[in-house]
Amino acid sequence: MAERPPLLLSMQGINKDFLGVPALIDARFEVARGEVHALIGQNGAGKSTLIKVLTGVYQRDSGRIEFDGRQVEFRSPHAAQLAGLSTIYQEVNLVPFRSVAENVFLGREPKRYGLIDWRRMNSDAADVLGRLDISVDVTKPLYECSIATQQMTALGRALATSAKLVIMDEPTSALAENEVQTLFDVIRRLRSDGISVVFVSHRLDELYAVCDRVTIMRDGRTLEDRPMSEISRYELVSRMLGRELAEQLSHRRGEQTSEEVERAEPIVQADELRRGRALDGVSLSVRPGEIVGLAGLLGSGRTETARALFGADPLDSGTVRMHGKQVALRSPRDAVHHKIGFSPEDRKTDGIVPQLSVRENITLALLPRLRRHGIVDRARQGEIVARFIKAIGIKCSSPDQPIRELSGGNQQKVLLARWLCTDPELLILDEPTRGIDVGAKRDIQVLIRQLADDGLAVLLISSELEEIIADSDRVVTLRDGQAVAELTGAAITEEALMQGMATGAAAGSESAT
Amino acid sequence: MQWTRWAQQYGALATLVVLFVYNAIDTPFFLTRQSLLFVLLRQAAPIAIVAVGMAIVIGTAGIDLSVGSVMAISGQVGATLVLHGHGTAVAIALAIGVAAACGAFNGTLVARFGVQPIIATLILFIAGRGIAQLITGGELQPLSNPGFQWVGLGRPAGIPAQIIIALVVAVLAWLVMRLTVFGRYVTSVGGNETASRLAGVPSGRVKVLAYVICATLAGLVGLIAVSANFASDANNTGQGMELDAIAAVAVAGTRLTGGRVTIWGAVIGAVMLKLLQNTLIAHGITKEVAQMIEGAVIVAALYLQRHEA
Repeated sequence: MAERPPLLLSMQGINKDFLGVPALIDARFEVARGEVHALIGQNGAGKSTLIKVLTGVYQRDSGRIEFDGRQVEFRSPHAAQLAGLSTIYQEVNLVPFRSVAENVFLGREPKRYGLIDWRRMNSDAADVLGRLDISVDVTKPLYECSIATQQMTALGRALATSAKLVIMDEPTSALAENEVQTLFDVIRRLRSDGISVVFVSHRLDELYAVCDRVTIMRDGRTLEDRPMSEISRYELVSRMLGRELAEQLSHRRGEQTSEEVERAEPIVQADELRRGRALDGVSLSVRPGEIVGLAGLLGSGRTETARALFGADPLDSGTVRMHGKQVALRSPRDAVHHKIGFSPEDRKTDGIVPQLSVRENITLALLPRLRRHGIVDRARQGEIVARFIKAIGIKCSSPDQPIRELSGGNQQKVLLARWLCTDPELLILDEPTRGIDVGAKRDIQVLIRQLADDGLAVLLISSELEEIIADSDRVVTLRDGQAVAELTGAAITEEALMQGMATGAAAGSESAT
Repeated sequence: MQWTRWAQQYGALATLVVLFVYNAIDTPFFLTRQSLLFVLLRQAAPIAIVAVGMAIVIGTAGIDLSVGSVMAISGQVGATLVLHGHGTAVAIALAIGVAAACGAFNGTLVARFGVQPIIATLILFIAGRGIAQLITGGELQPLSNPGFQWVGLGRPAGIPAQIIIALVVAVLAWLVMRLTVFGRYVTSVGGNETASRLAGVPSGRVKVLAYVICATLAGLVGLIAVSANFASDANNTGQGMELDAIAAVAVAGTRLTGGRVTIWGAVIGAVMLKLLQNTLIAHGITKEVAQMIEGAVIVAALYLQRHEA
């Protein structure tokens, strides 16, 4: 810590609101010259907002940014780029049908007599990529290259614009293992050239492999920044997830009933689910009347597991059995047929049909069963909708109100009603209480417990540890696409969960690291 | 209610009423059976039928550019069959069957292969007319078969058959959209396809069926066109129909981004645009200028749509 090089970037007291909702509160971020700096935090912690404020995509409400010794005010990403700040996004934003060289020099092509000087452009591009130790035919169209090479092209572009700071947002999510190593080599090379790198990733191993320092964000604030070597994985995870001192309302059932549950045959039993790098052999089961929590950091395979169980993504291998019999879940339709319901993580894009009414949104999955003589039975539809609006406490002016006019919490209740009215045996809930107010959150948690007591099997995904701990009878922890630990009843503690997420080991439970 | 929202919902109807009242006062013989039934509505009926199918496809967030070519194919198939001595029923059934197959082709490209609707249907827009021309080698075929030509020339109760067909089609489509599971699925797939699929909606099948319905109706209108003209003409049958139908849907306030279907809006839009055209031409405005004014009306309708969001 003593000999930290001088600062290249200093952001102080940054505030940013969106329609009155604060996204950044007095945030702070400092990067030294030639430093590889990790920026971590959960979804919604403010990482991407901070980066967008820095690179001129958003304008801050208040705060000071100093870059390369001067106070700066980037009005656009282009201005930030000219000042020596390059961003490399998850999805590479280059032009696929142009050559590698053209992409490196896009917008700044070397010219001769007003025309593009192809010979110079190609040789310069090869030089730049050579500095990264990448040899590739620069006249090849970009789309023919691997994702890794495409990223290197983006990096080459950053070097060619003489970037002083390169921001990489989840650069490894699309890469294979050996490509990740190449990327790390390049990052180390950049560091030795005095170029700073901001590295955003959720894979802890990668952070420890390549980063010098880490800044942790939570709820729009900067918690701290420390040298990577001085913080343990466990500490990192616990700082990132945070611990609210709110009352621990436990919805967990008594010991006696839970023994009954444990004797029951599982409704669903998944074995060795595999898909690409996202799922690397996940096995789990859910019994009737049981709430199984699925814990893990972002990118650990939680949502992927849920989608696989619902037939939304094809599996490379693995089996799913329901009531002991193997079933083929090739589409959500198959899953609905097998009495599985799925409330997705992103309510807006994957859940609601915005311009349709509350009624149509509730009965969307049930419609085929409301058919009588080829016609939707309006009377029964109205009856079911009225019953669920009342039972779940959905606040709407009438069943005909478009769902887009409802609050987040009420939209979420509509999505729960959509599945509950189909009378499912297994309900998969991906972040059922994200972004909704405290009252609605409480309602939903109580409802889920009641449903489980009535015999429903629930698979619950949440980034909030308190929610997982309070609601689950059993918790399966995922890490890098593998189920690494399983905890039951009183053994479900914050420490045990975080231990599993961070290192894959769980005290008092067999682990598979 | 904001005026833009009102104008969006009732703008086409209001324009139709204004044009109607103006013509009633200003145009001699406008308020006669002959002028209303045999000119205005008889001309608007084919556009209205195609617009109904187009409204359903647009409801799924799609578009069908091939309706004019499908009309030509269906007209050619029907006319050729009767000219070769086949029965009326066989000719009509086969012609419409071929049209439905065209719709299945469009729908499969869109739903199964993920081709953008505008590109997928551009294929038959271009190739379809070629197919129609091949059937007769591009020759005009004169027709004279009252049974077959009933769809275009029949006058039950003194009303042109195509008006009655258009009404029946609109009522049926309205009921299907309102009462059946398929109808509900159309707006949910158009409104949010990902969410619909995750709710178990067979989005692919819904889209294919929408294109089949649209093409089937275009096929029916193809038969009306060749019947009314006493000739099948592969080069001209259905020329420009796709644009008339899309315009009829658009002026009625249906968003081209999908998620909403207004069957009666499409019908009113078709009648309104036809009346506008006829009014302009009746007042000696040249066809070129008339087209520009129609374009301006469509721009106004699209401008109003922008305001919803």
